[in-house]
Amino acid sequence: MSSETNPKSKTEAEKKKSEMLLFLSSSEEKEHFLSKANRKILKDPLNDNNPITVQVLGICSALAITVQLKPAIVMSLAVVFVMAFSNVIISLLRNSIPSRIRIIVQLVVVAAMVILVDQILKAYAFDVSKQLSIFIGLIITNCIIMGRLEAFALGNGVYKSFLDGIGNAAGYGLILIVIAFFRELFGSGKLLGYEVLGHQGVTLAESTGLYSLGYEDNGFFLLSPMALIVVGVIIWVQRAGNRKLIEEN
Amino acid sequence: MDLVNLFVKSIFIENMIFAYFLGMCSYLAVSKTVKTAVGLGAAVIFVLLITVPVNYLLDNYLLQPGALSWLGAEFIDVDLSFLSFIMFIAVIASMVQLVEMIVEKFAPALYGSLGIFLPLIAVNCAILGGSLFMQQKDFSGIEGAVVYGLGSGLGWFLAILAIAAIREKIAYSNVPAPLKGLGITFIITGLMAIGFMSFMGIKL
Repeated sequence: MSSETNPKSKTEAEKKKSEMLLFLSSSEEKEHFLSKANRKILKDPLNDNNPITVQVLGICSALAITVQLKPAIVMSLAVVFVMAFSNVIISLLRNSIPSRIRIIVQLVVVAAMVILVDQILKAYAFDVSKQLSIFIGLIITNCIIMGRLEAFALGNGVYKSFLDGIGNAAGYGLILIVIAFFRELFGSGKLLGYEVLGHQGVTLAESTGLYSLGYEDNGFFLLSPMALIVVGVIIWVQRAGNRKLIEEN
Repeated sequence: MDLVNLFVKSIFIENMIFAYFLGMCSYLAVSKTVKTAVGLGAAVIFVLLITVPVNYLLDNYLLQPGALSWLGAEFIDVDLSFLSFIMFIAVIASMVQLVEMIVEKFAPALYGSLGIFLPLIAVNCAILGGSLFMQQKDFSGIEGAVVYGLGSGLGWFLAILAIAAIREKIAYSNVPAPLKGLGITFIITGLMAIGFMSFMGIKL
């Protein structure tokens, strides 16, 4: 008698256990908003999987609007907004989009988000919006957004996609701000418009700070080729510190 | 004469890659060999040549303030220009779909080697950039848009061809390890852009 009930109870116990585990794991996913996996999604793009220096996405705008720090910051914020919300929307729709027309659906969702950003900028920060000119529109075709929608949001849940969007946009913004920092500092001796290196007068006697020692701005940093070279050097520095990113060829 | 000026200007002086960095993603990713670079470059020329004039017509007869006046006097105040992003990108996405089908049918080998990057032409910034610059430049007739589309496509083609040739050669050079691949490509592109800046002095 007991030999018959024993295995049954055992399997039942096992079943219960596995159910419990399943429940635990799923509840863990729900409870810990910053569990290890989620933190990884958020943190990876900042260094190991940086959209610009490793995934090679979204270079276009990274280079063109980094002459000064302010537009770079505005651009980063715009990308964070567009990316987080388009990731969320696509992730919500991911089971109902036919895969043949997914690119057009993605583009329309992103374009709607970008129109929102564009109109807000035009209303509240007109000079910055003029400065960014067509590059706000080009967020639509920013490969980071499409790349992450394709690679992540189409296959993952809403919250994870949201984190992925924030993380990648932050990684993008980080590089953007670093480039803009160096270009504005060396190119015009200013940061966010403040003359941090002193004031350059017409003659040496009128100048203050570094300029009174005969320092001159390197106007070359304001030109577009320098942006490319700065990115090249950033990649060099990053890979020298993080050797697993080094390419074969 | 203006059209010739515009053509030369859009190839060399306002080069999509070296002056505006548009289309850098696919430029960096597909430039490992000359063959794929030529394929992608040709596709970009074709798509630009079609989308810029089509978007020009859309912009002038549908989107601009007052563009709808051909419908009747009551439409003269309508301004749909906030819709231009969505309209442009829809035209581009459908054109790219068309090119993809043509390439798949007539050049399957090229289709295989271009892989993921063919649909990504839709999100190539150079294409949308072409349309948005066209909107900014405000050409007086459609022939300006045609020439501008062709010229900027050719400029992009030249740039990707040049970098692909250089990268094929540089594979044999002794580049510092952390700079290999992406890093050196950026720096070379920067140097090439400096070279292209010499065209800026030309007054057309």
